[in-house]
Amino acid sequence: MKGRTAFQKLAAVPHIVWTVMFIVAPMLFVLYFALTDADGRFSFANITSLSQYTNVFILSIAFALIATVICLLIGYPLAYYMAQQKGRTQKLLMVLLMLPMWCNLLIRTYALMTLLDNGGLLNSLLDSLGLGKITIVGTDFGVILGMIYDFLPYMVLPIFTAMTKLDKQYIEAAHDLGCSHLQTMTRVVIPLTLSGVVSGVTMVFVPSISTFYISQKLGAGKIDLVGDTIERLFQNPSTYNVGAVISLVMMILIIISVQVMNRFTDDEKRVMP
Amino acid sequence: MVIESRNTCFFAIFLFERSPFSKEMENIIELKGVSKFFDGECILDGIDLSIRDKEFVTLLGPSGCGKTTTLRIIGGFETPDRGELFIDGQSVKNTPPNQRPVNTVFQKYALFPHLNVFENVAFGLRLAGAPKDEIVRSVTEMLALVKLKGFERRTVTSLSGGQQQRVAIARALINHPRVLLLDEPLGALDLKLRKDMQNELKKIQRQTGITFIYVTHDQEEALSMSDTVVVMANGKIQQIGSPVDIYNEPENAFVADFIGESNILDGIMVSDGKVKFSGRLFDCVDSGFAPNEPVDIVVRPEDVDVVKLDDGMLTGTVSSVTFKGDYYEIIVDVGGFKWMLETSDYEAPETRIGLKIEPEAIHVMKKSEFSGQFGDYSSFSDEMDHMSDPTEEEAE
Ligand SMILES: Nc1ncnc2c1ncn2[C@@H]1O[C@H](COP(=O)(O)OP(=O)(O)O)[C@@H](O)[C@H]1O
Ligand SMILES: [Mg+2]
Repeated sequence: MKGRTAFQKLAAVPHIVWTVMFIVAPMLFVLYFALTDADGRFSFANITSLSQYTNVFILSIAFALIATVICLLIGYPLAYYMAQQKGRTQKLLMVLLMLPMWCNLLIRTYALMTLLDNGGLLNSLLDSLGLGKITIVGTDFGVILGMIYDFLPYMVLPIFTAMTKLDKQYIEAAHDLGCSHLQTMTRVVIPLTLSGVVSGVTMVFVPSISTFYISQKLGAGKIDLVGDTIERLFQNPSTYNVGAVISLVMMILIIISVQVMNRFTDDEKRVMP
Repeated sequence: MVIESRNTCFFAIFLFERSPFSKEMENIIELKGVSKFFDGECILDGIDLSIRDKEFVTLLGPSGCGKTTTLRIIGGFETPDRGELFIDGQSVKNTPPNQRPVNTVFQKYALFPHLNVFENVAFGLRLAGAPKDEIVRSVTEMLALVKLKGFERRTVTSLSGGQQQRVAIARALINHPRVLLLDEPLGALDLKLRKDMQNELKKIQRQTGITFIYVTHDQEEALSMSDTVVVMANGKIQQIGSPVDIYNEPENAFVADFIGESNILDGIMVSDGKVKFSGRLFDCVDSGFAPNEPVDIVVRPEDVDVVKLDDGMLTGTVSSVTFKGDYYEIIVDVGGFKWMLETSDYEAPETRIGLKIEPEAIHVMKKSEFSGQFGDYSSFSDEMDHMSDPTEEEAE
């Protein structure tokens, strides 16, 4: 068949319009702002000014990495456990995991903040037990905890899906060939659920590195991540241009990390020794 | 294998003495009264089975009779609810699969998709921490044994069914198990490939001297490959014996029907050497029944001679003839009971012919739970389809 019918072309129009209006055009704007100064003249000044934000970038990457790793350490065994369960138990665990996600991210984060606040439920409880208060809101730990709390389901779900697709016969074959339970895990289960891990890691890392709401609420304004910086810079028209450059760098960072993650899903072809 | 049956066991052992190994009589595997229940339903009912070292044993039976479950119990993937299991004289009831000197070739191969052919085969050796050069040497050797030289770097998903099967066999054999369990390993292959692989498996078993426990629902496969056949039905062992033994001396109507073609009739054992069926008294060679005991009679189609009408012990009308290449398969109506015969001469339908049955051709069996379940050959084409359908087991 040659070419597309008129109808097929017509059917694509809404999508094309949408993409141009809301994806291509804004990207071009970002690019335009990034390469001009406040008066609209072409300039590299924004790019050179990036160096003063190095620490913010490092902090954001570190926070996102830590949150992702902890999510993986909690999420992988949880997904494994869930996949082992049968029928009703599995459904119940699933509902418990999904329940917070039916609630808006901002509300969830706000709820967590009030829970952990100085006068919050946790501290009132600790106080009444005579254990004293602990400060979580406003610390690095608080922000990372927020990321874990908000994004853990995104880690568990793809891994759980990969686990349920894993044919039990591979596990039996591994046992048969001499694997202990731990060896079955490291040599068969983990490699065969890697695609789920990759999706999970990507789905936690990307929103973690670009968040601003979590750091604002649980960091109590004391912790400045890339997301917060961009938001602040875009609130003032005179700093639009720097904000645009940071956004651009952010996008490139995310694209690189997604590409790196994708490499792991390619069928691992081990080379002969 | 301890042949528990009948008066012919000496004869059978004598005929089927397997060349270098038969002197070693120790049992490598022993199941004693093994029972298994799933959801309160009895799936295996008191299985007693002894398997000698270096033996090729086949579990044969229709789909759902408990063959796979028996194999999984030996492999350690199921625990028996009752009974004992010994490997090399040791009770292994609580030994996990990875600590049993047993490897399995799974029905659906179960090759690891994240590893290439080389790494799949090397899997067991890597676990055991074998040195690199030994791994390379052994894997190369194993791949040569299963005729897959040069496939080392291929992904397992790029292989055909037959090739995957060979990788699965190599992956299991490289660990030098005392016993190899094979669950319908050829079930998914086409007929030609099945035949080739049957020969190769048999050859590999002889070369390696490893005990094979082989599961199939294909009686031809079982008869042609095994030293010993274990016929199962309804979660029970019906008969254990050499292929010839099983074919010539079926224990009951089920075995007679399942193995090969047979005319199964109701009879009365009048006295030793005299049996009555089809309204006539015949001489036979069986004895040891009570006077006038009701029995089941088996006569194989190839053991009935077609003679002139007047010379026949029985007379009947030919109802159909099928050319089978080197013989004709004839269905004969004898007083309403349809016999199957194999003859070298063509007999036209509607001809009246005489049948002659030698005493040795008559096999007398005790009545069993299966008596009366197998009719004559009036609906025989359906049965043939059913028996030879290799995909029958798919539903599992
Ligand atoms: N895990 C299980 N749970 C419940 N029933 C099972 C299970 N495994 C097997 N069965 C049942 O046990 C019977 C015997 O199965 P199986 O040993 O696989 O037979 P075969 O291999 O001879 O076809 C079948 O009726 C099957 O449905
Ligand atoms: Mg089976």
